[in-house]
Amino acid sequence: MNAAKLKQRFMQHLDPVLLAGLGGFAFVSLMLMYSASDGSWMRVLAQFVNFLVAFGALWIVANMPLHWLLRSAVPMYVLGMLLLIAVALFGEISHGARRWLNIGVATIQPSELMKIAIPLMMAWYFEKHEATLRLGNYVVATILLLLPVALIVRQPDLGTSILIWASGFYVLFLAGLSWRIMIGLSVAAAASAPFLWSMLHDYQRHRILMLLDPSQDALGKGYHTIQGMIAVGSGGILGKGYMNGTQTHLDFLPERTTDFVFAVWSEEFGLIGNLLLLGLYGLVIGRGFIITANASTYFTRLMAGSITLTFFTYAFVNMGMVSGILPVVGVPLPLISYGGTSLLTLMLGFGMLMSIHTHKQLVKT
Amino acid sequence: MNRYVELKNHQREIYYFRLRLVLCLGFVAVMMFILLLRFVYLQVVRHDYFHTLAESNRIYVVPIVPNRGLILDRNGVVMAQNYSGYTLEIAPSKVKDMDALIAELATLVDITPRDIKRFKKLLTERQTLGTMPIRSQLSDEEVARVSAQQFRFPGVEIKARLFREYPYTDVTSHLIGYVGRINQKDIDQLAEREDASNYLGSDYIGKTGVEQSYEEVLHGTTGFEQVEVDAGGRAVRVLSRTAPQSGSNLMLTLDAKLQEVAEQAFGDYRGALVAIDPTSGEVLAFISKPGYDPGLFIDGIDTETWDELNGSLDTPLNNRALRGQYPPGSTIKPFLALAGLHYGTRSPARTISDPGYFMLPGSRHQYRDWKSGGHGSVDLFKSIVVSCDTYYYGLATEMGIDNMHSYLSRFGFGKKTGLDMDGESSGLLPSTEWKAKRYKQIWYPGDTVSAGIGQGYNLVTPLQLAFATAILANDGVAFQPHLVKEVRRANGEAVQTERKQLFDMQIPPDHMKLVKSAMEAVTKPGGTAVGANYGVQYHVAGKTGTAQVIAMKQGEKYDESKVSEYNRDHAWFIAFAPADKPRIALAVLAENGGHGGSTAAPIARKVLDYYLLGKIPQPLQKVSEKAGAESD
Repeated sequence: MNAAKLKQRFMQHLDPVLLAGLGGFAFVSLMLMYSASDGSWMRVLAQFVNFLVAFGALWIVANMPLHWLLRSAVPMYVLGMLLLIAVALFGEISHGARRWLNIGVATIQPSELMKIAIPLMMAWYFEKHEATLRLGNYVVATILLLLPVALIVRQPDLGTSILIWASGFYVLFLAGLSWRIMIGLSVAAAASAPFLWSMLHDYQRHRILMLLDPSQDALGKGYHTIQGMIAVGSGGILGKGYMNGTQTHLDFLPERTTDFVFAVWSEEFGLIGNLLLLGLYGLVIGRGFIITANASTYFTRLMAGSITLTFFTYAFVNMGMVSGILPVVGVPLPLISYGGTSLLTLMLGFGMLMSIHTHKQLVKT
Repeated sequence: MNRYVELKNHQREIYYFRLRLVLCLGFVAVMMFILLLRFVYLQVVRHDYFHTLAESNRIYVVPIVPNRGLILDRNGVVMAQNYSGYTLEIAPSKVKDMDALIAELATLVDITPRDIKRFKKLLTERQTLGTMPIRSQLSDEEVARVSAQQFRFPGVEIKARLFREYPYTDVTSHLIGYVGRINQKDIDQLAEREDASNYLGSDYIGKTGVEQSYEEVLHGTTGFEQVEVDAGGRAVRVLSRTAPQSGSNLMLTLDAKLQEVAEQAFGDYRGALVAIDPTSGEVLAFISKPGYDPGLFIDGIDTETWDELNGSLDTPLNNRALRGQYPPGSTIKPFLALAGLHYGTRSPARTISDPGYFMLPGSRHQYRDWKSGGHGSVDLFKSIVVSCDTYYYGLATEMGIDNMHSYLSRFGFGKKTGLDMDGESSGLLPSTEWKAKRYKQIWYPGDTVSAGIGQGYNLVTPLQLAFATAILANDGVAFQPHLVKEVRRANGEAVQTERKQLFDMQIPPDHMKLVKSAMEAVTKPGGTAVGANYGVQYHVAGKTGTAQVIAMKQGEKYDESKVSEYNRDHAWFIAFAPADKPRIALAVLAENGGHGGSTAAPIARKVLDYYLLGKIPQPLQKVSEKAGAESD
């Protein structure tokens, strides 16, 4: 095999547009890791390794035939549920939440796995019943969704449960859930809001209350939001310049390599930088829409749509939270925040998108 | 949509799916647009606001306290200065359990319950992000011990600070005053005069005396350092620095040595002395005895010492020279004599016959002369020399209280002198109008009689009497009394206090000459103050006086041995010298000293001897025992 053929073989199932977008994110992420950790290479290197692993996983998934994906849906969902139950029973508590499971070699967060497993399971379910879809099928699919969401809410992990709920809801919506039911459920949800409120933990309630008026508790719960907004706002149009953000480099910004990394970007690159970043997200999301629109089967359409929309939700919730229009719920900025697990999950999703896009001819024939 | 599923219309299904996808796309676009609007709002519309917040986040302004100006006497002798010492300080904002921390620190350095009480008081009075001192004047050993362990105590610091010191302690306590810790009242006052920012780092402020009245000059201008801090409050780097400007040094008109001599001259007597240069208004000595140790007040006085000082019968905290109000007694006579000449009530040659008492027409009440049997034939000259009461009973009665009020007020009686020190009392110069207002009573002729010998309602402060004496000595030309000769700015510039002529009474020279010569005769054989002035090498003009503390009943005679010490008469002496060309005028009050000639005049003699001859007296013996002349 010559080099060109090797390259062709390697690139066969990769989507160049998506890949370019993801590469852009990797660049931005590594750049911000360097700035947010005050010029230390440690974080940059660690995140670089995360990206290598995640891209590796993406390549593998992209090269998988689609029926493998279809077949993995049930085992993955069952495994995820078992792990979530295990977490609820034996999970490790950290920062007042029971999210992690120690499996000897590593500590894993099963809720991350569910971000993939749930849309996969639901898409598989709808595919299976495509010919005879009835209201009952939607009810079953909703139950498949709500079981893990309930477990994750109880951990408690508000951010992840919102994202997972969203990923499942997108499947339901794209699968054709009737408008009447959606509207009815919305009304019901609004009516049950007080009950849900009572289900929330104190710190989650505080975070929501602080959204309404963060200045109320400037040194306590509102501190994150206020410092984030100061960082964003003080960045202005052009930003303070790379490595020159005072909020970032003088420790005022909390969690600046993870949940608040967007504030670092905003402070140092300003409105122009934010436009660029929105553009980058637009590119990836747009490509996701195109892939979804062209997907050939019911399953792949639902899957691709859910992956794309969940990715958008991820980004929107994080940027909204840092800029103070959404509560601080602990959602990282997708593809930029430091962290291997979420990166891996996201790249698995993009791997599936690429697989869906590049395998459709094979499926059709 | 599921009703179409049965039809298995693939195209239709794709169509509906894409329709929903487009809806999703629209949703995504709208949400992205909302985000964009939010960014524009934060980064463009409200950028200035957040920019300011970010700057105030990172920039912390640290005040740099200026050095307080020194206070020097007219010859450059230091009367108030600064010395540097180490203090143990705690930043309250960085300490969680203050009591535990103090308990731990107490194992390294001595921290008395008094220190803790004072520190806690400071905590409640001043809110600061900086540090507050808990112990001052650490020894080198204590500094070393704390420094070695400092890592154990976050928020604890050792700081070098300047402390105020008064080398003359009680000799100048009422003159210089003292600085003390800034309390809530001071903060309110500073806020009122919009000077609070200049005191951001300051711990002390002038509380009394010159330290108080020249506070603004002495304090200086606080400097500022803009420091970039991180979220933990640690200084990262200094962005800019505005150097503090030290307070100005004050050069007083006072002579420290004269002050010391005068203070010593009082011996065990309580009292006051104010000496003024009549040709300029410069205050040369300013004594209120007893004094106190001003150092006690700098870091807050403890309750026991305060109670002791405040409760003492000797009232050491009372500034007698400035605020003590006493009947002027016979010292008022020379001024009344001038009034009599002015209004023509008395001519120099007119004599009266003194039977030893005075009676108002139509009354049988006898106003007694201090000398039973009287002085015989008395003219104006003699009335001053022998201090004849009867002469002045008649003079006052004929002149009337309102004329008396109007003339004496020209000498500054009954109003503040305007000395550059806060809290002066204005004394009391009665008039019919005053009595009507104050007591809603008419003025009785008897009131005028006692006013004629400086008793009754009349009250003066030693400062007022010294000022009046200086005006008299200077032939009716008054200069504003003042304590500060020169303000020396930190940049080397010196601003002299201009001597300020207040008024010229235009007293006819012959009136002046007569009264002055009579006052000179007071210190000569036959005068009431001769005892203190044997062998004096210059000419002194003076007048003795006695201020009654308790009133005597009709026909009762004052017997010094029968009244308790604190009820004895106060002794006055006013004087100026040299008599022909006065360089110094003074008023001496010896509380419960009895006779002016025997206790107050010898004190004045010591002061004059030093000032005019440079003679340093031996420590004074009990003055009254040496005194010779019998006087009022």
